[in-house]
Amino acid sequence: MQPFTTLAAPACPLPLANVDTDQLIPARFMKRPRSEGYGRFLLHDLRFTEDGTVRPDSPLDRPERAGARVLVARRNFGSGSSREAAVYALVDAGFRCVLAPSFGDIFASNAVNNGLLPARLEEREIEQLLAWLEQGGRDLTVDLEACAVRAGNHRFGFAIDPVWRTKLLNGWNDLDLTLSHAEAIAAFAEADARRRPWAGLPPLGPEAG
Amino acid sequence: MAEAPPRRTLFDKLWDAHVVLTREDGQSLLWIDRHFFHEGSHHAFAQLRARGAKVARPALNIGVADHYVPTRTPQRSIADSGIAGMVQGLEANARAHGTRLYGLHDPRQGIVHVVGPEQGLTLPGLTIVCGDSHTSTHGAFGALAFGIGASEVAHVLMTQTLWQRKPKRMRVTVEGTLPAGTGAKDLALAIIARIGADGAQGHAVEYTGSAVRGLSMEGRLTLCNMAIESGARCGMVAPDATTVGFLRGRPLAPQGAAFEQAAEAWLALPGDAGAEFDREVSLQAGEIAPIVTWGVSPEDALPVTAAIPDPDRANDPSRAAQIRDALDYMGLRPGQRLEEVPIDRVFIGSCTNSRIEDLRAAAAVLAGRKARVPGLVSPGSSLVKRQAEQEGLDRIFREAGLEWVESGCSMCVGMNGDLVPAGERCASTTNRNFKGRQGKGARTHLMSPAMVAAAALAGHIADVRPMLEGRS
Repeated sequence: MQPFTTLAAPACPLPLANVDTDQLIPARFMKRPRSEGYGRFLLHDLRFTEDGTVRPDSPLDRPERAGARVLVARRNFGSGSSREAAVYALVDAGFRCVLAPSFGDIFASNAVNNGLLPARLEEREIEQLLAWLEQGGRDLTVDLEACAVRAGNHRFGFAIDPVWRTKLLNGWNDLDLTLSHAEAIAAFAEADARRRPWAGLPPLGPEAG
Repeated sequence: MAEAPPRRTLFDKLWDAHVVLTREDGQSLLWIDRHFFHEGSHHAFAQLRARGAKVARPALNIGVADHYVPTRTPQRSIADSGIAGMVQGLEANARAHGTRLYGLHDPRQGIVHVVGPEQGLTLPGLTIVCGDSHTSTHGAFGALAFGIGASEVAHVLMTQTLWQRKPKRMRVTVEGTLPAGTGAKDLALAIIARIGADGAQGHAVEYTGSAVRGLSMEGRLTLCNMAIESGARCGMVAPDATTVGFLRGRPLAPQGAAFEQAAEAWLALPGDAGAEFDREVSLQAGEIAPIVTWGVSPEDALPVTAAIPDPDRANDPSRAAQIRDALDYMGLRPGQRLEEVPIDRVFIGSCTNSRIEDLRAAAAVLAGRKARVPGLVSPGSSLVKRQAEQEGLDRIFREAGLEWVESGCSMCVGMNGDLVPAGERCASTTNRNFKGRQGKGARTHLMSPAMVAAAALAGHIADVRPMLEGRS
């Protein structure tokens, strides 16, 4: 995974609360393989009319937001369904960071697993950023080392789980680390089977489900 | 004198029992007792293929066909090749990796969060994960159960473990007795309305108090199912005699003497007296009324007797914008009485409210009456369907004019062909009133099975309580 250190990029305002993952990618698109790219499904029903043309009021498709890599949204971003496809859609559309007052837990975890930074700011700071963007602001800088956002004259610190910060800074993947603990896992499983004999499941027989 | 051991909550005990190791930075590697997967888990299996990896512990991984299954076709045939491919892909992955499978044509097929408990796969004291946010449902048994994303699913498949940071602990205490005409769904929505759709973010929630202890397993499953709609990492209820009674004799639960030993361990799981929580919320069950949602988030919930809020009276501009946006999508006016909102169709089903008790509650309202609008009733599993038919509930639904269909996620997820047409308004027993959740442009009002039945009869949102008078 590509490490995330500092990102200086155009930002796009999305002044909505509770943008759930069903909105981020409607269910009907999730049958597609990721290799097709999920970017065009991002916020699909908010952006496109019935015949597939861009809605005039689509917040993501305004010419001045072209090339946006940071999304600024209101509270509870990415709530709802655990679909990681919501993160794929953001990443494939070019986003590397979402700034919001709060995130759905599962979404935030999925984001970090895909190199997308979910950074928490205070609600009033988000309102200031949204206002700054609406007044013509465009480029901002997200510094993950310093946990800070700079936008025009604004300077805000943001919150991120320190473990997630380290993971993003280094572009780490959990799996290789876990596999290095294979012996500890096997030892745990063996001791646990003695401690909690009721917790296992019989191996699959021909009649087993 | 030796220091007294720390007093631990139910959650602490579940957590501690599963920690393989804890890193210096506080992340713990947790052992996972059960992993359920479904058609949507194809992204994770693709990650395994890309690495040439195998499933580490096939016996602990269980495939269930639910999200994409058809509910209304003869022999459950699937015309759409994309949807058929999803169901076949699940079955192929289960076979290739030698896991358990409850496939489309299995007589025990159903929604994963109904099948798990029904088969005795879900037990107290377990860690249970699934690539589905409503995995919180299984917490009803006193399990640590939560939804995960595709990368985490791949991690569990390959290692049977997951890295987690310990969430904070929150206790929701509900004392008293739920009034007639209300149930677990009303309680769940009342809690979300109180704390907000992100109110429990970062927390493991334990539901407790006499009203919670008084719930059946079905009711507890409904309550924990909706934990995620308050943003909780997971929800749980301490195991007790009700829990043990439900599990005795289930096909994959321990049997005989092993069951009695297990039950002893399970009944030691409830939190120690005086164990501390990071946050406390309490409600009085006696104050709960039938609840319906009016907006596009489960937090937009009010008693059925209330009126739709006015954005001009909201306490901040952000909330006012949220209300305006919701009313615009839902086609509603500020000040409109909820009971005056007409509906176009109803849906009874989903992992929230599709168990036998839910179907009985709806049937008790519908018996001998006719619905004014069309609707679908989809039982939570093929076994629930059979039981309901033995009890004659299917006849009540059919005679009322509703469609009695097969089991699956059906009209809750908008991905299997069961959809609410754009612009139509659906009274639904599901868990999410999100924009487009039940279909593009669909408008969803969440409520209990009894309240959906009442809406079906009235053709508009209606208070079920008068309709229950004189009925048991």
